[in-house]
Amino acid sequence: MSEVPADLRYTKTHEWVKDNGDGTLTVGISDHAQEALGDIVFVEAPEAGRTLEADEACAVVESVKAASDIYAPLAGEVVEANAVLADAPETINTSPYEDGWIFRIVPADPAAFTTLLDAATYEQAVEDEED
Amino acid sequence: MGLRTPLYSEHERLGARIVPFGGWDMPLHYGSQLDEHHAVRRAAGMFDVSHMQPVDIQGADATSFLRHLLANDVAKLKEPGKALYSCMLNQAGGVVDDLIVYAREPGRYRAVVNAATADKDIAWMQRHADGFAVQIDRRSDLAMIAVQGPEARDKAMAGLPADLRAPAAQLKPFFATEAADWFVGRTGYTGEDGFEIMLPAEAAAPLWRSLLDAGVQPCGLGARDTLRLEAGMNLYGQDMDEAIGPLESGLGWTLAWEPAERDFIGRDALTRLRDSADRRSFIGLILAGRGIIRNHQKVLSEGREVGEITSGGFSPTLERSIALARVEPGIGDHCDVEIRGKAVAARVVQPPFVRHGKARVAL
Repeated sequence: MSEVPADLRYTKTHEWVKDNGDGTLTVGISDHAQEALGDIVFVEAPEAGRTLEADEACAVVESVKAASDIYAPLAGEVVEANAVLADAPETINTSPYEDGWIFRIVPADPAAFTTLLDAATYEQAVEDEED
Repeated sequence: MGLRTPLYSEHERLGARIVPFGGWDMPLHYGSQLDEHHAVRRAAGMFDVSHMQPVDIQGADATSFLRHLLANDVAKLKEPGKALYSCMLNQAGGVVDDLIVYAREPGRYRAVVNAATADKDIAWMQRHADGFAVQIDRRSDLAMIAVQGPEARDKAMAGLPADLRAPAAQLKPFFATEAADWFVGRTGYTGEDGFEIMLPAEAAAPLWRSLLDAGVQPCGLGARDTLRLEAGMNLYGQDMDEAIGPLESGLGWTLAWEPAERDFIGRDALTRLRDSADRRSFIGLILAGRGIIRNHQKVLSEGREVGEITSGGFSPTLERSIALARVEPGIGDHCDVEIRGKAVAARVVQPPFVRHGKARVAL
């Protein structure tokens, strides 16, 4: 069973979102997603300053198996991409919720965060997908 | 649910991720495909390849039958136990399948064909056996384990029957030895030394466990694919198929044109293509820019589409993306690959990319 931290929010496309409490949100992919992808060997993260629409394909995570799009959970502006991933993309496999974060954004609408899935709902969605 | 090999419960016990492949439920990896890949390059790994199909071909006309059926020439197999890689072609010069054929005693051969094509292959062999005194037997009773890597042969030795150890230890590359229903070939699909071992189904799990005890890493289909790609070895159905023949998939070296009077299936079509100026090239690529090359992406030269990726991926040994591609003649040393809408620079190289743990191309 994959790990689903209770303090994060999620999307149906397996991104997690963390409220940093300073007006920014951090985005990554869930433990379930990294496990399904297998060994990750390449990450293309969005550049700082880029404006994202909600649900826009904004990053690519490639494993030994396949390429997978990462979608913006919310509209906003990218403030930082995780520089570690350029040389160590496998960090997403080893630490999907901490060191393997992908980018940070300032959301266009801070209240939109609460419209994302909570941990229990996401966990249920993953279970339904596996059935 | 697909077919299951005699080792299926071993894979489950080891926590393998199981995927459908060629009608079979096979392990993709046992945790990390990259670790499995490196184990084969640096030490020893093992693969359940029981989905592949041994086919015994014997009889008074077995040699003349195979000289007609295969594009490579079994007459080259002058010593018992010698193996030969060959394409089995259709009349149009396309590939019905690629296979390894081993010579045994006079008049006896064993071919090993791909899993997904086994039914088709055996039907094709039967269809062309008319007029030849030959018997074709599908050996569904056998399992097959490939043990590959610089330490593979040493680590496999204890698991072999006592009477096979000395002959197996003395095998030269691309030779096989056998006793009862055990058959050990010094062959493989990884670019490393090792054995491919065919054995009775009930003996498969004990050998598998003996190899585990010897420290051999179980490896899935994922590592098998990255290893063979680094080794510059073709995958049937991807690099060549019934419409694309050996001359356009880097397999010209497997065609035995001499003696000229040998009439093998597909020869006329191949001869026409050999003499054609439009014949496409089969090349290796190393990506210079960022990204991962994937199958079916376009190859570009000065912005113009000149070919297609047939096998692309990440090379764990070289730590960059590599590929096999089919392109128009005269492409030169550089091209681009269209990756997710962007042209990314690549360099043309001669495969293999890696052999015996070492890079064989400049990075």
